[in-house]
Amino acid sequence: MSTAEAKTESKAEKVEYEGPAISFEDVSISFEGNEVLKNVSFAIEQGETRLLLGPAGGGKSVLMKLCDGLLRPDSGTIRVLGHEITGMKERDMFALRHRIGMVFQESALFDSMSVEDNVAYLLHEDKIPAEEAHKRVEEALRFVELEKAIDKFPAELSGGMRRRVSIARAIITEPDLILYDSPTGGLDPITSTTIMELVMKRRDVSHTTSLIITHRLQDAFYLATNHYNEQKGGAEKIPDNGIDERTKFLMLNEGKIVFDGTTLELTHSDDPWLKEYLA
Amino acid sequence: MKLVSPVDFTKRSIAALQEYSLLSGRAMKSLFSPPIYWDEIFTQMDSIGFGSLPIVILAGFFTGCVLALQSATALQQFGAVSKTGSLVALSMVKELGPVLTGLMVSGRNASGIASELGSMRVTEQIDAMRALGTDPVRKLVLPRIAATVIMLAFLSILSAAMGIAGGALVSVALLGLNSSAYFHSSYASLVYGDVVQGLVKPIFFGFIIASVGCYFGMTTKGGTQGVGKSTTQAVVISSVCIIVIDFLLTRLMIGIFGS
Repeated sequence: MSTAEAKTESKAEKVEYEGPAISFEDVSISFEGNEVLKNVSFAIEQGETRLLLGPAGGGKSVLMKLCDGLLRPDSGTIRVLGHEITGMKERDMFALRHRIGMVFQESALFDSMSVEDNVAYLLHEDKIPAEEAHKRVEEALRFVELEKAIDKFPAELSGGMRRRVSIARAIITEPDLILYDSPTGGLDPITSTTIMELVMKRRDVSHTTSLIITHRLQDAFYLATNHYNEQKGGAEKIPDNGIDERTKFLMLNEGKIVFDGTTLELTHSDDPWLKEYLA
Repeated sequence: MKLVSPVDFTKRSIAALQEYSLLSGRAMKSLFSPPIYWDEIFTQMDSIGFGSLPIVILAGFFTGCVLALQSATALQQFGAVSKTGSLVALSMVKELGPVLTGLMVSGRNASGIASELGSMRVTEQIDAMRALGTDPVRKLVLPRIAATVIMLAFLSILSAAMGIAGGALVSVALLGLNSSAYFHSSYASLVYGDVVQGLVKPIFFGFIIASVGCYFGMTTKGGTQGVGKSTTQAVVISSVCIIVIDFLLTRLMIGIFGS
């Protein structure tokens, strides 16, 4: 059986749903009296890549955890992949999370498992035969260009390699939505570019809806102004100073959305706070 | 250092008790629906049970030795040295076997569970598990509770047996007692109620050790310092709980079996 056939058999059918991939309506959440998100509303359409920017402590990671149901809001409604998750039972949430990939800020790899077991975690949970799981792990590691690290343990990897393994773990089941929490945080510029290229490859090859938190403006604009060339096998600038139409921006400051729109709208905004942030 | 008001302390304690009860309840509930991670349960049984064998055997054996020495001194005053076997057996089976094993396993495993889960908590591995669609209570908490309850029962039996053997060695080698008289007196003194008491206690102790370790691990905050704090708290709380529950169970058993 070929890998492609195996994948078709083992992977759940792509579930069709109406409306945006993620929508927030008047969502608020506070911790010990401190309101972290205040009446946040936005929507991310299917196939869109949304870059979430803003100063540290502005509620970006909290917002991302709300998308995956890891936190529950105090008020408001959240819909993810056509399901309202605000009042969803944790047991039902586990099933929905099989369709969502998440890359954590510090990778969050299971340190007592090898790279192969980390990447194959979901396949093992789904009782996929070992041989098929191994093939799919190799495929996912090939995507992140890390096939040689298959037998290593997380402690033996560099920060950049761990992020790449984390991406491989998130994409192994071909999720409908990927959430990246600061995938380039704390990495050197060259490694950051490699990671952003992987994100871009995922966007342009698989057209997966994604939400990406980043602190680095250059990473955000690199993603908005480049596309992945499959023939060349790398990123290249969109001709004529073009921008990727499916890549949009969302900016958070002190728990409130201060911008929600396209790259052009962001760069042409007259808002003094945005101008200062982008400067 | 900032002092905590008694009202805040009480509120926090009640909230912690509620959280602990919910975690234990969810773990027990997940025992009755799939998936159950049997491989995890067997791994934990090996780690918690087999791994604790040396300390349990040594502690049980030497406690039996000391018990025989001390009791023989006291019994000599009444000319009842031949009852040493009876005293050692009753003490080991009803009390010292389960309690000592519980405290030993608590020191070794409540700390191990709390530090392992605590490290996973602070490095977001538990969130990652949830994000990957796995219930951490099923995958991490239930296997540890099940494994500790099962293995503590066997370890307690072993500890009691080693204690009786240790007592025999001292009685025969140092006190000059007849070995068959020692074992006969040990066997004759044990009744059904004593054995039930010795087997029921480890079930409660095992549950306390694992659930308290898991609770402190799963609620760890504050990085590596927080992991250290959780580990210490898990050992202290589980040890104290073992002694308190031992008292309550002993009273209950005396009420039921009348001895």
